Amino acid sequence: MNARGSRVGATRNDCGWTRDEMMTIAASRLLSNGCICFVGIGLPSAACNLARLTHAPDIVLIYESGTIGTRPEVLPLSIGDGELAATAACVIPLPEVFAWYLQAGRIDVGFLGAAQVDRLGNLNSTVIGPYAAPTTRLPGAGGATEIATHARRTCVMLKASPRSFVARLDFRTSGRGDVPGRGPAAVITDFGVLTPDPASGELRLDGLFPGATVDEARAQVAWPLAVGEALRTIDPPRDEELTKLRALQER
Amino acid sequence: MRLLSLRAAIEQYVPDGCCAALEGFTHLIPFAAGHEIIRQQKRRLHLVRMTPDLIYDQMIGMGCASRLTFSWGGNPGVGSLHRLRDAVEQAWPAPLALDEHTHAGMAVAYTAGAARLPFGVLRGYLGSDLPTVNPRIRSITCPYSGEVLATVPAINPDVTILHAQRADREGNVAIEGIVGAQREAALAAKALVVTVEEIVERFPPMMNSVLLPHWVVSAIVQAPRGAWPAYAQGFYARDNAFYRQWDLISRDREVFLAWMREHVLARQAA
Repeated sequence: MNARGSRVGATRNDCGWTRDEMMTIAASRLLSNGCICFVGIGLPSAACNLARLTHAPDIVLIYESGTIGTRPEVLPLSIGDGELAATAACVIPLPEVFAWYLQAGRIDVGFLGAAQVDRLGNLNSTVIGPYAAPTTRLPGAGGATEIATHARRTCVMLKASPRSFVARLDFRTSGRGDVPGRGPAAVITDFGVLTPDPASGELRLDGLFPGATVDEARAQVAWPLAVGEALRTIDPPRDEELTKLRALQER
Repeated sequence: MRLLSLRAAIEQYVPDGCCAALEGFTHLIPFAAGHEIIRQQKRRLHLVRMTPDLIYDQMIGMGCASRLTFSWGGNPGVGSLHRLRDAVEQAWPAPLALDEHTHAGMAVAYTAGAARLPFGVLRGYLGSDLPTVNPRIRSITCPYSGEVLATVPAINPDVTILHAQRADREGNVAIEGIVGAQREAALAAKALVVTVEEIVERFPPMMNSVLLPHWVVSAIVQAPRGAWPAYAQGFYARDNAFYRQWDLISRDREVFLAWMREHVLARQAA
């Protein structure tokens, strides 16, 4: 996230909420109560904990650090903060998280972030430029590659710009967008939500946040963005959602 | 129990050119040991760690490493590891060869190493370009089902270094809280050095805490606060403010070098 994008997304509109908040709230609504959720740090962590504190009290949050069923009061900075271990139902070794839980098919939803996404929902979090001589070396795969393969459903959270919603990835870190039905179920960004066309798998505009427009969305996406037949306006944040989210972030 | 000073343990177990894994997933990262490696100016190390974190950023920036095996190289929740990036993007202060994996791949590589098997198997790396840039990621056909599965060579470091809460007088090691792949990395290594917060007569009750029995431990080093700015559950919390500060310290080569001179090179190991 660059500093400029962060400021724009962090600006409150006339209704008193920011695009960053709307993005987190829209993502949290995609999680059903009781689902088993593999959580990445940053926006996904905020969304999953907000779901737990609002409509999904029985959601099970698993962080790759091995904390299962964790219920942090404070949003952790890292995926391994002590708060996650102290509030977890159990803490297991990391190889077990990936082999016995993720690979074994015991995860319902995986939340991923990235630097780039393509029209099929494949993700890059490895390099910008050629791998052997990158202009920007990014952190790399971490858990993403196997989460994209083994979680029953994946959701992607990524702030929009033509540099992030690209026609062609510099490197494919994860994604199975070329395998029918295996790409992400939704990409949540700061103008709204993209979902795959059931036939082609191509991401198209499915929902807009209040105040966002199709033109704005298209300006942020480097491929010709299609609009779904049933384009909807996503409900604005409810008071409870905003209050709980801000409390999570302030503590 | 073989109790050594930090200086003696690093002198003895970390020769130039060796393969060293300093493990600990966010929790119990052996910073004190990494700083002693920097002070002793070790060179051409093959560093192994799932998440290089600030400690490898510091070691790479100080010229200790020529090769890195890893699976996620960022500052968790903050952003880039700028010294790692500078080494990869600009070869400063030295070129750094990458052996890059996913977390799932490194986990089975350590597990295979601990079992002294030649490689680890997983249903992994699907839909990823990683196997095209890392020739060590290969595949095998299951002799029972015919399924093609990914393989990664076992990781067997010359030395694994961990930080733990406690050792007892016999040299058994107890770790509680987030354990990452520490047990696997410990048993995969040819030698195991453990720095600890404290040495106790007898462990508190903890039937299922991770315990490394004394005869797999090569040396124990007493190093209170040896995981700072990472944390030791029950002793001190993660210094998240420092993790954020590091983003500024590490961006600039001169600022980085000045910080290392003042806070690492000028200090002596206990």
